[in-house]
Amino acid sequence: MIRILRAALLFLALTAFPATAQDTIQEVLQAHRETIEASSRRTIQPAIDAIRDSGHPAAPLVLEKWEARDMWQRTEDGLFFYVEPEGRNDLKVFDFDTASEIGVFSKDGFDQLKPNSGIRALIASALVKFQLTDPDASKRRDALAALARNGNAGHLPILRDAIAEEPSVGIRQQMERLERLLTIQFGASDDERIEAMTYFEGDLGVDARAALNPILTTTRRVAPGTEVPADVNLAARLRPGGEELSREAAYDMLVAANLAPARLTNSDQRNALQANIVDGSVGGVPVADLDSPAARDRAYAALEAAGTVPSAATTDEVDAALAGHVFFDAYNERSAAVTDAANDVLTSIELKVAMNQFIDLTLDALSLASIYFLAAIGLAITFGVMGVINMAHGEFIMMGAYTGYVVQQIIPNYTVSIIVAIPMAFAVTFAAGVAMERLIIRWLYSRPLETLLATFGVSIALQQIAKNIFGTQARPLTSPSWLDGQMAFNDIVAISYIRIAIFVLALIFLAFFLFLMKKTRLGLETRAVTQNPRMASSMGINPDRVNMLTFGLGSGIAGIAGVAIGLYAKVTSELGSDYIVQSFMTVVVGGVGNIWGTLLGATMIGFLQKGIEWFNPSNTLAAQTYMIVFIIIFIQFRPRGIIALKGRAAGD
Amino acid sequence: MRQSFILRNPSILIFLACLAAFTVIVTLLSHAYGTAFISTSFVKTLGKTLCLCLVAIAMDLVWGYCGILSLGHFAFFGLGGYMVGMWLMYARTELIVAGSMANAAIPPTPQEVRDAIGTQIFGVVGSSEFPPIWMFAHSFWAQMALVVLIPGALALVFGWLAFRSRVTGVYLSILTQAMTLALSLYLFQNESGLRGNNGLSGLQNLPGVSASQDYISVWFLWASAVALGLGYVLAAWVVSGKFGSVVRGIRDDEARVRFLGYSVEGYKLFVFTLTAIIAGIAGALYYPQAGIINPGEVAPIASIYLAVWVAIGGRGRLYGAVIGAALVSLVSTWFTGGQVPSVNLGFYRIDWVDWWLVLLGLTFVLVTLFAPKGIGGLFDLVTERFAPNRHGANYGPDQGSLLEKEGRK
Repeated sequence: MIRILRAALLFLALTAFPATAQDTIQEVLQAHRETIEASSRRTIQPAIDAIRDSGHPAAPLVLEKWEARDMWQRTEDGLFFYVEPEGRNDLKVFDFDTASEIGVFSKDGFDQLKPNSGIRALIASALVKFQLTDPDASKRRDALAALARNGNAGHLPILRDAIAEEPSVGIRQQMERLERLLTIQFGASDDERIEAMTYFEGDLGVDARAALNPILTTTRRVAPGTEVPADVNLAARLRPGGEELSREAAYDMLVAANLAPARLTNSDQRNALQANIVDGSVGGVPVADLDSPAARDRAYAALEAAGTVPSAATTDEVDAALAGHVFFDAYNERSAAVTDAANDVLTSIELKVAMNQFIDLTLDALSLASIYFLAAIGLAITFGVMGVINMAHGEFIMMGAYTGYVVQQIIPNYTVSIIVAIPMAFAVTFAAGVAMERLIIRWLYSRPLETLLATFGVSIALQQIAKNIFGTQARPLTSPSWLDGQMAFNDIVAISYIRIAIFVLALIFLAFFLFLMKKTRLGLETRAVTQNPRMASSMGINPDRVNMLTFGLGSGIAGIAGVAIGLYAKVTSELGSDYIVQSFMTVVVGGVGNIWGTLLGATMIGFLQKGIEWFNPSNTLAAQTYMIVFIIIFIQFRPRGIIALKGRAAGD
Repeated sequence: MRQSFILRNPSILIFLACLAAFTVIVTLLSHAYGTAFISTSFVKTLGKTLCLCLVAIAMDLVWGYCGILSLGHFAFFGLGGYMVGMWLMYARTELIVAGSMANAAIPPTPQEVRDAIGTQIFGVVGSSEFPPIWMFAHSFWAQMALVVLIPGALALVFGWLAFRSRVTGVYLSILTQAMTLALSLYLFQNESGLRGNNGLSGLQNLPGVSASQDYISVWFLWASAVALGLGYVLAAWVVSGKFGSVVRGIRDDEARVRFLGYSVEGYKLFVFTLTAIIAGIAGALYYPQAGIINPGEVAPIASIYLAVWVAIGGRGRLYGAVIGAALVSLVSTWFTGGQVPSVNLGFYRIDWVDWWLVLLGLTFVLVTLFAPKGIGGLFDLVTERFAPNRHGANYGPDQGSLLEKEGRK
């Protein structure tokens, strides 16, 4: 009851003294009651401004609730409240000024204010002021992010005020950056904008480029005469027939600007002729003869002379029209000083971006090289050291990947399953390798070409068996969550953790291989058997056993590589065949029998492929094609690979 | 006194007789000229098999006789198919376009016809321009010449580069495999001008021929049989006589032949290029019967299968290659066609469509291990031709070779 009284008094006061300062936010609202009730985007701005500038502590609350459609109006006296729904038909009503609950009322006595999206955008923009000075730092950050997405000229003064009051250094820096970006776009004077631009020289942020690029948008225009109009901020003058502007496009511009008559296209000509066939001939030319351009031109000229078709521009007229006009690209931005400054800054940014892209490309190439190295390192043992062509090597990689998949089906924890999968994959493929060596390869050591064929037989059988067991669709091998995401150095240079992991794994394998070959007894024996099996066996080494173990080892490493590759690519039965040719080429290019050669080969192929992709990023197929052609040519010059074995180790 | 060519190669007469008999029988059983016992699609399968036998002869020449395990001969086969496919597709589309334009009120200009053909052919890859490599597609004779010239030129350049730098053995195999991989990757691109992974299609329709597929399939069977017969005689002629001896010598010990003063590279290059041309011709006859060619056909796996056929049939003898190609490709068609009854093991049902490749792979391993002479080796039992028994000693410098000169009793 008191409230109604007070409201009535208020109403009286408002009508009596409209100019007096309003003490409560309710009074402000009441002062603009009609516009708020009208709820029209065109007239609402004064009401929002009044609330924003009222200085009342409740002003942000009002705006927030209004925007969220939680502001309701009591029908009987027109007072505004914010509400929370209570049950189906009731509302819990709060007062704005005191933020206290008034009570629960039925919905019947209240009307909801429903601001449309246009009004809500205006309210949100007014709210920015409060959000930017909110005591909660995270809210200030959110507000900045929102502002970065859709700031406008009106935000500039608010932002500048907020910078002065900002307590946190980090947020203040963000605010200053945003202020400069907004100044570039909406600054009042050219000098102000140019000054803001200079801060962004060599800046790699996407936002800086996003702010600068719109300044340099151009419109292609045409003007009569031979000189570009003086009031145009000229970007470039174009010559018809040049690279930028073909003569046809230039003439089309003239036609579109109504500066010249349309030219006759071939299909227009045909339609015109078709429409004017009289007694089997057109303009005196028999229809049957109209199968050459010359005859058609003759017929059309005759029609033109008779006035039945509109005259079309001849070649001479086109030439004259093109010569009589000037074509140019004009900046949409009027001020030449601003566009020049933007050009300078963008050039400096692009230089830096190019450098960073080069670094990014290098990282990509490194990770690709480590994948090739991983796929090839098992082969470096079986093919490089033992000289056995194992076409089923790719299928061992696939087996490793499927082992990882199966382990993941049993152990749901991704981290644990990967840790289990790696030795499991090694065990499975080691066993497969040993079995294959015992059953097939050892009978064929003297016939290397036939090893190739027999292992190919194994390869197609294994591939089909995998297809029969796991189906043709790709199976996921999910990496643990700590391998998700990427390490970003800036907006351009970034590398995913999984690629780093593969790189590290490749290094571990390299170290392992070197240790095994140079420091262990097995390595010594392997090298001895490879160089001279008869001599080695006279020394008490069992060549059969060494060959078996070495082959098993090479296959086991292929299995581990399979787990790593499966994490990065999808696991299918064709996984192996995708890598087999590249792996062999890696080993051959690097030089057979030398792990450093394999490393160099993988690095070369990885960098080469990425380098070619850089020239033509849309087409990885072309990159692979050119890479293989390059390798074929490379083999011409170094038939034994980058690092060729010399002397007795080279065998033949 | 020198024996005549035919007498030294009795297999030629037997082979030609078998081929002729086969062709006559198929013709008499076909829909077009006989009792309609064999379906037209099976006639096509047989015709295609003859083409595969021809490319297998080429493979045998280069691998079995010259010792170059080329894993890229299907690239030449596919290129031959592409060359003939370009003409077939152009000529047929030209007829269709001319037919539809004949109804227009005004006769079309040559440029309009060409544009319409371009739109028809390259619409699927979002283009209508003729790429430069289609320059000769309108001319039958030019394109037929390209069937020989393109695979020949590729083999010549590739072989010259490879043999000159003395790439041998498994390195050469991997290099040829890389070549065919590069070619198939190139063809997969839309920019290659050969319709990317859509390939060329509708090749079974001969432009200007109104006869039904029943007749066309038999004609192609005849053409394939003639080509196979000629290819067999040519290959037999090449490997007989002194040239053949040098080629076999290169296979058995390349270094020794070189030291004897022969230009090993020249011989190898000749054999490599010749077989590429034979493969190209085989492809040109194969793909009109298949009806479609796409880049998957020249993928590395196809060339390895070619080696598999020759190895199973028995390399180093021409009829072995033919037997291997015919047998494996026909049995493969039979198994993958789903006509073979499944085997029920009680706990598992073996569907041959799924398990055929496993069977083939294992067969292949077994043949390599236990019957390196392949099926053709069975004929040695008849002719009593055996490898010399050396009581465990080496066969020769290249331990892998079966030296057939010494093998003759």
